[in-house]
Amino acid sequence: MANYPTDLKYTKEHEWARVEGNRARVGITVYAQEQLGDVVFIELPKVGTKVSQMQAFGVVESVKAVSDLFAPLSGEVAEVNAELVKKPELVNQDPYGKGWMLVIEISSPQQADALLTAQQYEEFLAKGGH
Amino acid sequence: MAEALKRTPLHAVHVKAGARMVPFGGWEMPVQYAGIVEEHRTVRSAVGLFDVSHMGEFEIAGPGAFAVLQRLTTNDVGALAPGQVQYSLLCYPDGGIVDDLTLYRLADDRFMLTVNASNIDKDWAWVTDHGRSDARWKNVSAETALLAVQGPRAEALVGRLADVDLTGIGYYRFARGHVAGVASIVSRTGYTGEDGFELYVDASQAMSLWDALMDAGKADGIMPVGLGARDTLRLEMKYALYGNDIDQTTNPIEAGLGWVVKLAKGEFIGRAPIAKAKTEGPRRKLVGFEMVDRAVARHGYRILKDGAEIGVVTSGSYGPQVDKYIGMGYVPTDCSGVGEEFEVEVRGKGQRAKVVQTPLYPSKVKKA
Repeated sequence: MANYPTDLKYTKEHEWARVEGNRARVGITVYAQEQLGDVVFIELPKVGTKVSQMQAFGVVESVKAVSDLFAPLSGEVAEVNAELVKKPELVNQDPYGKGWMLVIEISSPQQADALLTAQQYEEFLAKGGH
Repeated sequence: MAEALKRTPLHAVHVKAGARMVPFGGWEMPVQYAGIVEEHRTVRSAVGLFDVSHMGEFEIAGPGAFAVLQRLTTNDVGALAPGQVQYSLLCYPDGGIVDDLTLYRLADDRFMLTVNASNIDKDWAWVTDHGRSDARWKNVSAETALLAVQGPRAEALVGRLADVDLTGIGYYRFARGHVAGVASIVSRTGYTGEDGFELYVDASQAMSLWDALMDAGKADGIMPVGLGARDTLRLEMKYALYGNDIDQTTNPIEAGLGWVVKLAKGEFIGRAPIAKAKTEGPRRKLVGFEMVDRAVARHGYRILKDGAEIGVVTSGSYGPQVDKYIGMGYVPTDCSGVGEEFEVEVRGKGQRAKVVQTPLYPSKVKKA
């Protein structure tokens, strides 16, 4: 299904990770941005920050809701999408593209095995998504 | 077990339109359709249609109705002629607010009160406890639907469908007529800061009126608007929301609602403590603020100055039209002037904010 690209891995907290060698690009899923509604604020860590798998790395806020962002993989923040500070709506408009949030330099590649495939994530959503 | 949520006569319309339905004050209501930001901006630039049928309506009629309302409400019913609407408050003897409401004078001895949905039962108990034998209360909430048409295109749209001349209805005035053939109270009121109308109709006619407005409104760029944008629209205007900014612990003076308290009219419930607050000046005031640091203030967040707690945020979000993070909150009177700075505690960290002139977005209502 186009909503959940098969080249991505997913968390049960609705983040995605695109593993590219020893790095992973990270964002939130179509489902997550739909549930939040219009995203109006994003707080992201600085480059160099250490993040741990399934620990909060930032915050996303919509008009009505505040939600933590969880790291799909452990490592060090190598890149941050600074564009989102000014244009948080990119998360709604293009969650797998311009709405990316971080690139993580992965410290434990084997952690990717714990993430969901697109099919597993869709099955998880079909059961309610929480 | 939780009580089943109540539904308005337009529930099926919202579901069909793809609205996200959420619980609100005991009701299952649409929080958004296309998206809060887009709906908000559509109301500011074109026209939006709201289902606010969850609001409560009480009628009171009889020779004693005037006296009952003068005692129950803070504004001066003597200044209200038939065909006019008045914003007012019900207060407790200690000056705390039971609810805020709009009062319609339907005839010399007949009135309608529109109250907040979440307060219907409480208000009904309160007003009927303060009745008289020569005035009859009637709760018409269930048989009344309320549609709000708000925005710069509202008058043109409703005007095309109405059999009354809308230009003759001033702000906070109403007329009886038909809109798309549906018998309505056509009231030039609202909760957005835009020109517009609130249409009171029989619940059985709500769907027909909704469809007619959506259909005729296509040319005007109409969108259905949910409670999410209703909240951000009123926040940009610094209109108080009961349960957020005002409640039984706040008095009208500190809430900036002294303009609907008429001490000169004589005795009413809550008069003495409100008069005292007015004479002495309130200890704290409800202010509108915008964030200086990049952060979103939310209801319940603490307001700090030099590390000490001085107040509380009562409403906060992103203002889609002003394109800023904005809010309302209570701060000590000496920190309430425009330009005063304080901090809002967001996730344990103080974020700078400053008091601003309100409304944050200039009101477009049609003052006569």
